[in-house]
Amino acid sequence: MKPAPNLDIAGLEQVYDRLATAIDQAGPEKSELFLVKLALLNAKALGHPQIFENQIALALKDL
Amino acid sequence: MVTALELARHGVASVVLASDLQFSQGSRAIVFTRRSMEILQQVGVAQRITENGLPWHSGNSIYRGQKVFRMETPLDPDDRFFPMINIQQQYLEEYLHDACAANSLIEVRWGNKLVSAEQKTGTVTAHVDTSAGPYQLETEWLVAADGGRSEIRSAMNLKLEGASFESIFVIADIRIDLPYPTERLAFFDPDWNRGNTILMHKEPHGIWRVDYQLPPGETPEEALRPESLQERIDAQLKMIGFEGKPWEMDWSSVYSARTLTLPQYVHDRIVFTGDAAHLLPIFGVRGANTAFQDAQSLGWHLAYVLQGIAPEKLMANHSLERVGAAREIITEAGKSTRFMAPPSRGFRLLRDAVLSLSLTEEYVRPLYHWRTSRPHEYKHSALNSTSDDNAQFTDGPSLGAPPQNVQLQQDDFLLDHLGGGFDLVYVATLQGIPQDLLRAVDQAKNKGLPLKLLAITQKNVDVTGADKTLFDPQQRFQLRYAVSAGGAYLFRPDQHVCGRWLQVDATRLLSSLQLAVMQ
Repeated sequence: MKPAPNLDIAGLEQVYDRLATAIDQAGPEKSELFLVKLALLNAKALGHPQIFENQIALALKDL
Repeated sequence: MVTALELARHGVASVVLASDLQFSQGSRAIVFTRRSMEILQQVGVAQRITENGLPWHSGNSIYRGQKVFRMETPLDPDDRFFPMINIQQQYLEEYLHDACAANSLIEVRWGNKLVSAEQKTGTVTAHVDTSAGPYQLETEWLVAADGGRSEIRSAMNLKLEGASFESIFVIADIRIDLPYPTERLAFFDPDWNRGNTILMHKEPHGIWRVDYQLPPGETPEEALRPESLQERIDAQLKMIGFEGKPWEMDWSSVYSARTLTLPQYVHDRIVFTGDAAHLLPIFGVRGANTAFQDAQSLGWHLAYVLQGIAPEKLMANHSLERVGAAREIITEAGKSTRFMAPPSRGFRLLRDAVLSLSLTEEYVRPLYHWRTSRPHEYKHSALNSTSDDNAQFTDGPSLGAPPQNVQLQQDDFLLDHLGGGFDLVYVATLQGIPQDLLRAVDQAKNKGLPLKLLAITQKNVDVTGADKTLFDPQQRFQLRYAVSAGGAYLFRPDQHVCGRWLQVDATRLLSSLQLAVMQ
């Protein structure tokens, strides 16, 4: 069964930890490549180029 | 030479000046598209290319030894020619030269270098250098097809607009026997040339074209040193499993990806064409293939102006249409370039992410798709009919589009019969062709317009009044052009559609013909 598309605190914490360890696992040389691959997989799962655009705008803020 | 042959076809004499004493030594362009073959058929050399070239329709993209994408262009029974054919440029030049030599309206002068040109009202003086000394040539129009480094363009201080990419590629033709079919091979990010792309194409007579990108900062001089070429080609052969296989260098050069065009090709009586008018990246085989389209367009536009069939402003239309085509090609080529030779850190990261994902994720693989040269549609041309039924058609080539070939019978295609002037292709009714339509066609012809009336029929008998009857037993034309009895397509002398009717009538045909020659 497909889980409801909602990220509660527990879910967010899970993503937080998993992403952090995966970045460490990829290593400093490959972490950027890993993150771009992940973004492309997420974009596919999202299925909406416009929502992705909005996320890019949000992520570009306050760098 | 294609321009000269097209001009001659419309009855206009020309002199072709070639600075070299012989055909080009290296192979340069090697891949020619179906539309190029259709254009070359019009000037009578397609048969020889078919006899000697290697046709193909598939391409493979390879990453880390895995074939991650395969592009197959289906073969359409209505097409006479393959999507692509490989042949060395010097053979093509030879065939075109033979066709020019056989034409009494064309004089080819080898070893004649055009050094400068000056214009007065209605005439151009060309200054030509030869081993026997310089001379001057007076002409009504000068076509500057003097290549990417056009001296005429520089002397007139005309600036190309657009972008140049930093990546430099080596292109080398090597003599080697490799057991691969004629298909395009693209290798991404190989171990011996990290981050870069290598392309391989098979050519006739045991030659393979190898293109590879240079690491940033390396100069062309360094890259063309024999040891450097040897080392890299050996590395590529090793990667594909042919380490140590003997090969010989046939020809090598370098190029960089550029997307540049003049904003106008017609400057009074001097017309720029081909690489003199624009520089396009070779990913997608856009150089020579675009130049043939330029030449074909230029041939009829210029001939009609010279013969008084159309006013001089028709030349402005040629410029507008072909600059539009170049700009469209530049946009498309930019998309290929950003994947083949990423122009920035961001583009490189995305390309690398897609390469990596493509080993397991199907959905990113179409990003390898190689956008090949395709003919521009003159959708917004001023020559397109404003009184046709274009909007009511459900299929078939629309206004401004290049033609779709149709196999009428075995070894008998629609495009075998078009060209040399305007062509009205009419689907005959049971009664043949209406009298008022025949009168309209005669009226246009009597005014000096080169026009042929071709009747499509399912019955194997000549249609009265038609210049030519095309026997189409399977009604392929009606199917591909989405038209039935009483309907018609009007083709320009470059076979692009400039009018189409579900039911054609004399009045609308005549007004469309007038518009098509700006009268």
